[in-house]
Amino acid sequence: MQLSLESHKPTLARFQSLIALFVLCLGISLMSDKFLTVANFWNVLRQISVNVCISTGMTLVVLTAGIDLSVGSVLALSGAITAGLLRNGIPMPSANLFIGFTLLGSILAGILTGSGLGWFNGWAITRFSLPPFVATLAMLTIARGLTMLWTGGFPITGLGDSFTYLGTGWLIGIPVPVWISGLIVAIATLITNKTRLGRYIYAIGGSESAARLSGVNIERIKMVVYTLAGTLAGVGGLLVTSRLDSAQPNAGISYELDSIAAVVIGGTSLSGGRGSILGTVQGAIIIGVLNNGLVLLNVSPFWQQVVKGFVILLAVIIDQKSSKRE
Amino acid sequence: MLTAENITKRFSGVTALDNVCLEFQAGKVTAVIGENGAGKSTLMKILSGVYSDYEGQIRFKGESVRFSSIRDAQGCGIAIIHQELNLIPYLSITENIFLGRELTTRWGTLDKRNMRERTRELLADLKLDLDPDTLIAELKVGQQQVVEIAKALLEESEVIIMDEPTSAISESEVAVLFRIINDLRQQGKAIVYISHKLDELFTIADRYVVLRDGKSIESGDMDGIDHDTLIRKMVGREITSVRRQGAGRVFDTLFLVENLRLKHPIRLQENQLKNITFQVGRGEIVGLFGLMGAGRTELLETLFGLHPKRSSGLVELDGEVIPLKTPGRSINAGLALVPEDRKRDGLVLDMDVKTNISLTALETIEQAGLLNQAKETTLARKYIADLRIKTPSEKQAAKNLSGGNQQKIVLSKWLATHPKLLMMDEPTRGIDVNAKAEIYKLIGQLASDGMGILVVSSEIPELLAISDRILVMCEGTLTAEMAIEDASEDSILKAAIPKTMSERVNE
Repeated sequence: MQLSLESHKPTLARFQSLIALFVLCLGISLMSDKFLTVANFWNVLRQISVNVCISTGMTLVVLTAGIDLSVGSVLALSGAITAGLLRNGIPMPSANLFIGFTLLGSILAGILTGSGLGWFNGWAITRFSLPPFVATLAMLTIARGLTMLWTGGFPITGLGDSFTYLGTGWLIGIPVPVWISGLIVAIATLITNKTRLGRYIYAIGGSESAARLSGVNIERIKMVVYTLAGTLAGVGGLLVTSRLDSAQPNAGISYELDSIAAVVIGGTSLSGGRGSILGTVQGAIIIGVLNNGLVLLNVSPFWQQVVKGFVILLAVIIDQKSSKRE
Repeated sequence: MLTAENITKRFSGVTALDNVCLEFQAGKVTAVIGENGAGKSTLMKILSGVYSDYEGQIRFKGESVRFSSIRDAQGCGIAIIHQELNLIPYLSITENIFLGRELTTRWGTLDKRNMRERTRELLADLKLDLDPDTLIAELKVGQQQVVEIAKALLEESEVIIMDEPTSAISESEVAVLFRIINDLRQQGKAIVYISHKLDELFTIADRYVVLRDGKSIESGDMDGIDHDTLIRKMVGREITSVRRQGAGRVFDTLFLVENLRLKHPIRLQENQLKNITFQVGRGEIVGLFGLMGAGRTELLETLFGLHPKRSSGLVELDGEVIPLKTPGRSINAGLALVPEDRKRDGLVLDMDVKTNISLTALETIEQAGLLNQAKETTLARKYIADLRIKTPSEKQAAKNLSGGNQQKIVLSKWLATHPKLLMMDEPTRGIDVNAKAEIYKLIGQLASDGMGILVVSSEIPELLAISDRILVMCEGTLTAEMAIEDASEDSILKAAIPKTMSERVNE
């Protein structure tokens, strides 16, 4: 009967997904000797850092009882903007001018593109009281179209070693993307557990009308949350582009689904108000390990999708059972 | 007809029902009374098949039964009508009544004609003059309730359990409901009637059963007992009704409302609030009465900044103008609102007591941009102690507490903002007698500490007991203002009834 807010703290509440992860790892390592190696360990973490970035933003959105379907497209546009600016700058033929961008400038522009699109999502949702599903679905198409326009449909490649360091480099024995996503997770955990913003996010998801009557500025909090989600999708775009040394116009397609899967497997309720960032991280790791394991075991990519779908179902069923027992 | 023998039900360590024995007879209305948390709703859930794991025995017409589901209980002839009605708003009356037991033609398609006919009959029996195709959303709450009853009658239920059936309906609708209950009684049905409104029970019930702390304390005929004795049995001790002292006192003006208007959300030419002007003094308790739809709730909402685009007028608190723009600005100016629907608007039910209390006052527990857990716990414990909130700890989820304790959490969260004017919309709705008395006492205390208080209530005795002054609203206008010593139930009601309606009554 005793169900308190403790459940969004990363204590024992998420224990069963840790067990699931352990069983998963054990199973794969019995079947493949390539799984339990240092190289593969970092490889998996590097691969999931993009999803961790996006899913952190997604968790914030879902906690307010919203959803962001546009993250994959926003990721693509952000990556393309960074790559385009870095490679080509902004040519202005009429004035016979060429505005070059530094590395830092291009990166910032890419991330800010993500923030801008996220802000637009929040604006559409709060200004016109649109359901988040609809507003972000529209953005999914808009941002994808803009990406195509910006790239002309072709990848932008050859971005230079200092840029690819972000996605492929190492720092003190740990891959750079893992540092970046780890930092993001740490900050987001702090925000959700220790700040007013975090508290308001949970309150809005728990009961929007009670939060409003308590003086919470619902519109502002939602704007912040969607802007953060867009920003983090932008960071994800940076990591993807940097790792591939190329901005693909169709990057990030269906990433929103992996992200929602991570959030849900991590125990965050799609109706809002319950869940945690660290739960989502566990969800992302489970998906990452599963992907990796299935590849190592030479499972066909078609079967991989089927298996992944069943794992999502199973995870959520187990989670619901255990939260009822609480 | 229906007897419960030695029913015991435990929830993870807590005993909700302890050896409860009671009996419901055919052709009788049995009132089940008890404070919140006494075990009434658990008992009803067992009788209606929601819980099937309990100790003890239930006999229905002499036979031992154990319902495994609500459908199972319904099939045997036991129907329950919940406080929160279970109807689907955008389906018609017919569709709702036959939901889950549709009649079909021999082709397997819906037999709409037959269902509509049957619905028409049921509605006619209940003297509800409505087209069976009307959508539920278009009905008044009282009418929806009658539809629920019709649903129960369709199953030929022999036991009908009604949980707080009058909590959301007007006086005239109550009269209709009572007439229906009388008819059902004459048809030999056993009616189980749960209500906090004791006066009603004396009108409608034949027998009573008192539950306290999960035990069945006593049962008997309503004829043989009076109001005060009944209350004593419910709470286990005497409750003295406190009358407000010091009539005729003069208060400094604290809160001033002038020419407040609120446009109708759709028909913009009309006003839902028409030139409302009043004031509340420092330390004064002003009671506001109005029938349903008089605009009481709209008035509080407007003052709290919830209708910024439709409202106009001057509102001053302690000499400062309040912009009526957002709840945040109203709160900062020193207003607080305890809303009518505490489960939806007052609390975040999934959150714990502590988090709910601190939600309005997070600035005060912030340190260097982070929330300080220790300060938050101190804040919560202070109010848990001050208001005597019964909870195992400040970490208990709000949804697990009783109505009275939930209301105290809502009060705590507003007291934590140190308001100058506290507005309360139906502060004691659905709360047991004991908690009611505590809340009245608290209101009195807050007023003597200098807070201004504006209480909206649809229970006139309540307003007479706690207010210094009474305002009455009708159709968006203030129709009367009276000092407490001049106020009576008659004069208040007279001012509250719309002209057209009171003329009709006089005919």
